[in-house]
Amino acid sequence: MVGHLNKDNIHTLEFDALIVGGGGSGMRTSLELAKSGLKTAVVSKVFPTRSHTVSAQGGITCAIQSADPHDDWRWHMFDTVKGSDYIGDQDAIEYMCSEGPKAVFELEHMGLPFSRFENGRIYQRPFGGQSKDFGNGGQASRTCAAADRTGHALLHTLYQNNVKEGANFLNEWFAVDLVKNKFNEITGVIAFSIESGEVAYLKSRATVLATGGAGRIYASTTNALINTGDGLGMSLRAGFPAQDMEMWQFHPTGIHGAGSLVTEGCRGEGGYLINADGERFMERYAPNAKDLAGRDVVARSMVLEILEGRGCGPNKDHVLLKLDHLGEEILNAKLPGICELSKTFAGVDPVYKPIPVVPTCHYMMGGTPTNIHGQAFSSENEVDNEIPGLFSVGEAACVSVHGANRLGGNSLLDLVVFGRAAGLHINEDLKSGGGVEEANIDDIESALYRLNKLNESNSGFEVAEVKRELQEVMQNFFGVFRRGEYMEKGVKALEEIRDKCDNLHLHDKSDSFNTNRVEALELQNLLEVAEATAISSLKRNESRGAHARDDFPERDDENWLCHSLYDPTKKDLRKRQVNFQPNTMEAFPPKVRAY
Amino acid sequence: MIEVNIYRYNPETDRFPYMQKFNFEMPDRDIMVLELLNSLKESDPTISYRRSCREGVCGSDGMSINGKNGLACITPVSEVTKGNKLELRPLPGLPVVRDLVVDMTEFYAQYEKIKPFLQNDTPSPNQERLQSPSDRDKLDGLYECILCACCSTSCPSFWWNPDKFVGPAALLQAYRFIADTRDTRTEERLDSLSDPFSVYRCHGIMNCVSVCPKGLNPNKAIGEIKSMLLTNRRHEAEIIASDGGGRS
Ligand SMILES: Cc1cc2nc3c(=O)[nH]c(=O)nc-3n(C[C@H](O)[C@H](O)[C@H](O)COP(=O)(O)OP(=O)(O)OC[C@H]3O[C@@H](n4cnc5c(N)ncnc54)[C@H](O)[C@@H]3O)c2cc1C
Ligand code: SF4
Ligand code: SF4
Ligand code: FES
Repeated sequence: MVGHLNKDNIHTLEFDALIVGGGGSGMRTSLELAKSGLKTAVVSKVFPTRSHTVSAQGGITCAIQSADPHDDWRWHMFDTVKGSDYIGDQDAIEYMCSEGPKAVFELEHMGLPFSRFENGRIYQRPFGGQSKDFGNGGQASRTCAAADRTGHALLHTLYQNNVKEGANFLNEWFAVDLVKNKFNEITGVIAFSIESGEVAYLKSRATVLATGGAGRIYASTTNALINTGDGLGMSLRAGFPAQDMEMWQFHPTGIHGAGSLVTEGCRGEGGYLINADGERFMERYAPNAKDLAGRDVVARSMVLEILEGRGCGPNKDHVLLKLDHLGEEILNAKLPGICELSKTFAGVDPVYKPIPVVPTCHYMMGGTPTNIHGQAFSSENEVDNEIPGLFSVGEAACVSVHGANRLGGNSLLDLVVFGRAAGLHINEDLKSGGGVEEANIDDIESALYRLNKLNESNSGFEVAEVKRELQEVMQNFFGVFRRGEYMEKGVKALEEIRDKCDNLHLHDKSDSFNTNRVEALELQNLLEVAEATAISSLKRNESRGAHARDDFPERDDENWLCHSLYDPTKKDLRKRQVNFQPNTMEAFPPKVRAY
Repeated sequence: MIEVNIYRYNPETDRFPYMQKFNFEMPDRDIMVLELLNSLKESDPTISYRRSCREGVCGSDGMSINGKNGLACITPVSEVTKGNKLELRPLPGLPVVRDLVVDMTEFYAQYEKIKPFLQNDTPSPNQERLQSPSDRDKLDGLYECILCACCSTSCPSFWWNPDKFVGPAALLQAYRFIADTRDTRTEERLDSLSDPFSVYRCHGIMNCVSVCPKGLNPNKAIGEIKSMLLTNRRHEAEIIASDGGGRS
């Protein structure tokens, strides 16, 4: 990367379709395209099986009628709509829940080693927020599992099948920014090989952002270190909106201190939470569903227990997840990975002692708004305008099936259902001549701006320090409970952090495996996502799903039964209608959400 | 205070690799080797290593820790420091890209060679293929591999013949598909391993077993493959004998 980079001193590689991200969603998309004969590549900053999907534990939720032959995808749809606190799009949820069984069976045919019931069918376990008969028939068991390593099994299976289909990978390549032409179309990305430092314009007729979540905007998170919201950072910098960014899921059971997740499957298998008095406190907050209420509900109950002085440990700052009553045999058979993690990171063997846990940032419900084909859009005056050339799938996207609160096991389903849908759509679109116009020299230079600026920096702020500052602001002002006056301080603090992010000092200018450069670019993405989160949270004046405000404790359907659309060019929020028009049934109307 | 020695090599500036010494003040709690590296990187941002999940499931940060391969993120510093010293080197036997980062091309090539995907020649049913819990149990201890390469890079046979000896990690995966009752290409898979190198270069040195951070046992899987190859051969020999050597 010597000297100032411009169009003439970097390579151009041309593709029909480019997928940025080799996690579950990106690889499901690429699998569809690899079979199509189009020239496709998956760009991933890590070898695909090191993507965050590998960490998913509990399973993939889907009405495959194995645990219960009478299960119905409509019940799953009802649960998902209710879980979303009614701002999930019902047409998209309908599509996901009804197409789900096909997608799960496909995974099984590809070789995914699901756990099994005695009759040989796929094992399903209960998860939070699941019901039979539209909430009237008690707890359902709908989460298909491969022990407590479902994400690992899923990601490896998808990689294996991509190998089988001869998919093309650019592994350990880092995508820097989108290239946008004067028609506001996306013509590809600027990216570089982490190993060699070679910079290239990856030109493509379709660009899919499958870059996953951004949990690293918080100091404490269950997310991998690489979850820095790069795709969203790129699209926000390109001036495109992000939807529902105030909606961050805090998972009830992150290991106290380390942040590593212990799956909700623990409670599904019969584990429960206790406070310092040994009380099973969820019985008070959610008399019916108890420990298997929605995640937002359980997380808030835990924080209240701690605030009211019933937390455990010397600092009374966590509660305990009790599993020992399940017995060693069940724990080893159903939750082997959890036993391992708990011993390593909490120093506790759950066979004998409960695990110390706290609500921990886990999942980004918001993201780039898309339709069910993965097509990204911006929206003005109630009209959605497709962004030619730009698609998004997985946690980076907001299609929106999770609304204000995601149900456990619904993300993995989202990845494979919409990954497949996007692949099918892009294939058809490109084969019928779809595509975009050329980008010019200036368009490409703009996308090289960050890289050039960092490479030419001689002084400035330290990446590690600024990152820590950002994470603390988010943790302190935009956590489980939020309040306007504090959030205003947070937004101000982020403005200062933005200045620092614009003036980072890159110490290491070398080309080969320069992780200093990668981390600096990632930090700038974290900032974009953090700011979108902060401003969206400040402006949604109500409490809904994961967004809980002290100063507006009630849900306000009159004003806020809508998506929020953050506009990075104005740093402002617009409202967008939620879809209440599923194709095959009546919509589920908003109701009070009780568990 | 502990002394940490890290293998450093940047091909652009260093003619030869060298060991760099850092003094590290341990916090009052035990930490993992990865956390220690992250702290050192804050003061010297040029130290390079891979990491992602920080909880032992992605397989990014295999390295040689005081002489033994392991994952930095789940190796507690207290358990591995010897005489207040900790030495971190890249996984042995593979070319070094920079510092603790090795070139894994050869390792992945062996993985791809064993056709690491389910092959079933019967038409897919409308639902899942059935598999009994006991048949599914046969995959335990096999499918959990995270491709960290700790095993293969501790295996002398792999060092000498990384292009011909498939190595413990990929052989474990070869057996994962042989053992899967849903896979119909067992014979073909065995045939492709029957040359003198692919499997037979394993001499049961067992390094692979002692380093695997997921507690898997590639040596056992290799043993299973060898014995299946033997039975297969014997089986073939019997057929040849019974029809007088003429095969149709
Ligand atoms: C600990 C944990 C457990 C979970 N368990 C479950 C569960 O049981 N069930 C469930 O449904 N959900 C679960 N989830 C959620 C689910 O795992 C994630 O939402 C999902 O895996 C995200 O997949 P993805 O394909 O969108 O992205 P990821 O798997 O995160 O992949 C992102 C990809 O993008 C690439 N990338 C990112 N930035 C760049 C860049 N700049 N350049 C190039 N490449 C880039 C990365 O290399 C990676 O390949 C869990 C989440 C966590 C944190
Ligand atoms: S047992 Fe075989 S594969 Fe394992 S280290 Fe020894 S020679 Fe290598
Ligand atoms: S068998 Fe174990 S050591 Fe070898 S690659 Fe797999 S997980 Fe790593
Ligand atoms: S960082 Fe994933 S295994 Fe260590």
